Amino acid sequence: MAREQMTDATFNAAAAPARWQDYLQLMKPRVMSLVVFTALTGLVCADRAMNPILAAVAILCIAVGAGASGALNMWYDADIDAKMRRTRARPVPAGKVKGAEAATLGVTLSLFSVMLMGMALNWLAAGLLAFTIVFYAVVYTMWLKRWTAQNIVIGGLAGALPPVIGWAAATGTAPLDAWLLCAIIFLWTPPHFWALSLYTSEDYAKAGVPMMPVVAGAASTRKQILAYSAVFVASCFAPVVTGLGGLAYTAVTALGGLVFMILAWRVFRSRAGEAPKDRVEGLYDVKAGSKDARNLFAFSILYLAALFAALLAQHALGLP
Amino acid sequence: MSNPDPDAERKARNGRSIAIALGLAAFVIIVFVVTIIRLGGNVASRPF
Repeated sequence: MAREQMTDATFNAAAAPARWQDYLQLMKPRVMSLVVFTALTGLVCADRAMNPILAAVAILCIAVGAGASGALNMWYDADIDAKMRRTRARPVPAGKVKGAEAATLGVTLSLFSVMLMGMALNWLAAGLLAFTIVFYAVVYTMWLKRWTAQNIVIGGLAGALPPVIGWAAATGTAPLDAWLLCAIIFLWTPPHFWALSLYTSEDYAKAGVPMMPVVAGAASTRKQILAYSAVFVASCFAPVVTGLGGLAYTAVTALGGLVFMILAWRVFRSRAGEAPKDRVEGLYDVKAGSKDARNLFAFSILYLAALFAALLAQHALGLP
Repeated sequence: MSNPDPDAERKARNGRSIAIALGLAAFVIIVFVVTIIRLGGNVASRPF
């Protein structure tokens, strides 16, 4: 109820009418692009000859499904988003789009994407896509996010599933190698998000979101980042063992993993998240003490992208 | 409550309508193409 009141209040204050770009913004295009990339990697790694149009439709369904869950997230989280600097300009808290419209868009696109995936490809891929949407929009957004500091650990499954959906779309199966890709993204999520939350924890605290630094403190978060980083980097070698990853992937994993661990160690030794409340100018400007956390956050994106790009190139070009 | 500029309102509504029309047209084309691909050559060899 409080959410609806807030949304209506902000909507009434709106001056500019909603443009189609605002509805596109509801679908979190940047997240969609990452989902497309990892799903495409899963689809290509399946090494199955496939009609290119059907492959494109599979990727489109996954992208639209991801966008749908983003719209549902923006509908439900409008009250939280309005309190945080990073998210307060989103269409619903900014008053450009009504919450009910965001919810309608989310539900409609979810149904379209899942049904099209089922009819065009197969129902395993469609079922996994439906599960991912429900997991992100209901389990993570409506339940975990406001309830536990483990929110992004468990919720990370939604972001980790697209390679499995891509693999299932290509073959109708979800073998061990597909789940290894899922495990890599799943274990990557905690160090990635906790590094970010170390220097945005004031925002999360203000919004009442129990992120790890808010609940357990910065020191505990830095320790957990180091532990998860070690498990994550180790998991990146699993595709080498099963033969999914070739020479390029092994090289990227080893070199990038070394850098990742050095950066995680620096975060562990730093005072990230504990810096005095000095003035911060821009949205992504960081307090001096949190520079190490910012470096790990930035490198984590680069490392994951490099891992999947290596796999994609290897399987698409037939490299060793 | 503010009164939005009617011109801007109309322009935004037109933009939204065109986006919905393009989306629906794309969906229809995709379903048609997927149907043709999934049927494959079986249409030509079906019994009459």
